[in-house]
Amino acid sequence: MADSTDTAFQLKGRMLTLMVFELHNPNIVQLAMKLKEHMAQAPNLFKNTPLAVDLSPLQDGFKVVDFPALVSLLDNHGLTVVGVIGGNEQQRTAAARARLALFPDKPGRSSADKVESKAAAEPAAAAAEPASPAATDIVMRQPVRAGQQVYARGGDLIVEAAVNEGAEVVADGDIHIYGPLRGRAMAGARGRGDARIWCGSLDAELVSINGMYRTRDDLDPALLGKPAVIEIQNEKMIIRALG
Amino acid sequence: MTKILVVTSGKGGVGKTTTSASIATGLAQRGNKVAVIDFDVGLRNLDLIMGVERRVVYDFVNVINGEANLHQALIKDKRVEGLYVLAASQTKDKDALTEEGVKKVLEDLKADGFDYIVCDSPAGIEKGAQLAMHFADEAIVVSNPEVSSVRDSDRMLGLLASKSHRAINNLGAIKQHLLVTRYSPVRAEAGEMMSVEDMLEILAVPLLGVIPESHAVLNASNAGQPVIMDMESDAGQAYEDAVARLLGEDRPLRFMTAEKKGLFSRLFGK
Repeated sequence: MADSTDTAFQLKGRMLTLMVFELHNPNIVQLAMKLKEHMAQAPNLFKNTPLAVDLSPLQDGFKVVDFPALVSLLDNHGLTVVGVIGGNEQQRTAAARARLALFPDKPGRSSADKVESKAAAEPAAAAAEPASPAATDIVMRQPVRAGQQVYARGGDLIVEAAVNEGAEVVADGDIHIYGPLRGRAMAGARGRGDARIWCGSLDAELVSINGMYRTRDDLDPALLGKPAVIEIQNEKMIIRALG
Repeated sequence: MTKILVVTSGKGGVGKTTTSASIATGLAQRGNKVAVIDFDVGLRNLDLIMGVERRVVYDFVNVINGEANLHQALIKDKRVEGLYVLAASQTKDKDALTEEGVKKVLEDLKADGFDYIVCDSPAGIEKGAQLAMHFADEAIVVSNPEVSSVRDSDRMLGLLASKSHRAINNLGAIKQHLLVTRYSPVRAEAGEMMSVEDMLEILAVPLLGVIPESHAVLNASNAGQPVIMDMESDAGQAYEDAVARLLGEDRPLRFMTAEKKGLFSRLFGK
């Protein structure tokens, strides 16, 4: 299976998306079996996907990770490991030796989230950033105005007023806008296909979920000015009127 | 307590200087001690609108640079008691303004017992505009009823809420007002212009007033007399209403419909 990180990043437009692979058990044989099962259920899920391995779920019993074997196993399933998140010093040294990037800390949501919906930073930015704080929802009570950008890193964004033309709202999770959406809204910015955007009145310049987007010209004129929800279903962007 | 007002818009040519001159004059007419400062260093206009261009000796930049003291640079208006103009420099560029310098001048004016300081912002969102709004307690955002002007005003409102001294130091929000200028009821009714309702829906700040498009504005600036002093004119009366609302009075909007305007032009014989 061909894979290239370039292909994956091109899909994402401005935001580069990265899956996070939570490693609970480093036993390569068991991993191979589980992966095979997983791929059978959802063959396209991990196609051509760059990946960061999150070491933080590893229990104390599993200290040693065979990174070269792990990388090659995931590679066989079309997953390109670009780096590791978390882990102890010993594990991180081993990862570095396997030429993997070391992400400073575990970004995104709690480990209760599903593996496939896990958020992660794009590699270059994450490497340079300090440790990210825990998931944060942001609530905006005032209008988001032209030239303003609001980003709910690792969380949802709730805007109680309007998002005006020339404004940009971004969330790693969902976006709720109780006023009109006249600007740009991007949900699931770091790779969550199940993220959604709700707005009190659809008049957007651009809406985007998990890298898929539509501009104003591509919006159904019948939906303009109406309350609407935008979501991804079967890899297609669906926009429907609310209520 | 000195109140610092900034008159700003983002976009140029919408009527900031006309508004600064009339609001400052109107506040002084009501017995306040008012200074109006031109922040448009390099492109000064306020002195012309206020009719003091031949009396400028020292300017705002001279005061900031310590080349003149405030009293030498403040030009006292000969028509209205308590009204003073601080002109911008025509020869310097915008870098001549510094935050410390502006702060010092504003502090000195406060110490001098001024009730209001009106800061006439230059167009754009660069340094001059940012310094003009930086220390403001209240902002009058001037907007014409057209899309680009409204968008620029929206941008300005965002900057006021995030980049001003009050916002940065958590001193409570700047009180924001929208002043619609160059409004033509006939053209708005014909759908050629945005309506005031549309503008309010986008900008979501309280309306201070609507100034109708009027020949009186051009005549007033040619004469070097703030249009608020022309109480025969619709624009002058609309500015007078705006000043009253700024001071907390409740006044109904006027000059908003085509019929009314016709009535007024008939009454005043144009």
